[in-house]
Amino acid sequence: MSKLSIVTKGFIKENPTLVLVLGTCPALAVTTSVENGIGMGLATTFVLVLSNMFISLLRKITPNEVRIPIFIVVIATFVSIVDLLIQGFVPALAESLGLFIPLIVVNCIVLGRAEAFASKNGVFDSMLDGLGMGIGFTIALVIIGTIREILGSGSILGYEIPFMKGNEILIFVLAPGAFFVFGYVIALTRAFQKK
Amino acid sequence: MAAKESSLLKLVLTLTLVSLFAAAALASVYVITKEPIAQSSQKKKSNAIQAIIQSYNPETGHIQSETVNIEGEEEPITVHIAYQDETVLGIVVETYTNKAFGGRFDIMVGFDVEKDIVLGTEVLSHGETPGLGDKIDKKKSDFSIQFNGKNLAEMNLKVKKEGGEVDAITAATISSKAFCDALERGQKAYLLIKEKLNLNPEQAASEPNNNEEVAL
Repeated sequence: MSKLSIVTKGFIKENPTLVLVLGTCPALAVTTSVENGIGMGLATTFVLVLSNMFISLLRKITPNEVRIPIFIVVIATFVSIVDLLIQGFVPALAESLGLFIPLIVVNCIVLGRAEAFASKNGVFDSMLDGLGMGIGFTIALVIIGTIREILGSGSILGYEIPFMKGNEILIFVLAPGAFFVFGYVIALTRAFQKK
Repeated sequence: MAAKESSLLKLVLTLTLVSLFAAAALASVYVITKEPIAQSSQKKKSNAIQAIIQSYNPETGHIQSETVNIEGEEEPITVHIAYQDETVLGIVVETYTNKAFGGRFDIMVGFDVEKDIVLGTEVLSHGETPGLGDKIDKKKSDFSIQFNGKNLAEMNLKVKKEGGEVDAITAATISSKAFCDALERGQKAYLLIKEKLNLNPEQAASEPNNNEEVAL
């Protein structure tokens, strides 16, 4: 597998959300707007890259039987450290990303990539995998967020769209709308892949 | 048997080592970031006071902070009184609610002492859902602005669905009700501190003398 394809496979072919259907909880919960999707996506990418690198470093000394607890300890520690550092040194970023960071601990993409990729591959490849998967996750969230924000709030990135504003379909910012959009986007991805 | 035991020992050792390392890393990061986090939250609070009481000038005025205990509640409420010379410009109450969707959120409510009306609100920290409950913040929606200029004692602090006067955030009724709960707590603390400071406008001039007489 070439280095480039390790990164790009996460975009569409093995998109964590739309193809592997991992991390659906944040994909449904925070995609009420594009901005939230970008925030969650970038925060997750950051954690994914670093946790993948750590897990890969530890892979030789990790006994098979206790690998899952070790992965969880590493990921949870990592997320908490990132959370504290951002709060302490970049308060402006904490304002906008603060809500998403604790959600990353329970994001199964991070654990999934640790198990499926980082525990079997080198540090550099694991980093690329984390980057690609993170970007793929961000792409998925932005697609879902765009559709939901346009239909449900009549705006995009906070800017109002002339006709849509006033004709919002409220259900799209609520939980059922998240499932509708998510289902259709997965179906479209499948159709696109079959060609 | 021997092989199994040594592998069990290895499992326990590895897990212990990884956990120890993680704990040490977390503890050191906590110590390093404790001071900056406290500073930034302090800064956030003073910025919030400034934003609520616009006539307050940090260079010439001063802030006096007090705590009040509301009857039947364990947690004391911190109240900041903004002064310019000896005049009270406004009172800012650090209030909270435990009834929020994400458990708890902390807000600041400012009151005008002469008219007893709300000057403004600022959200300090919250764990509400992005895109729904986080609209309690006035940067995200106009929800909290509806309370500005209102006397909370005369307002029915319930959402319209329940016969009150509050326009709830669409799809975030729990957050909206929690906000009202925090405001109610703030109003109680405000009345308590006002009583404590003897800030009734008509009596303000004569009260200090009375106090002195009592003290003598």
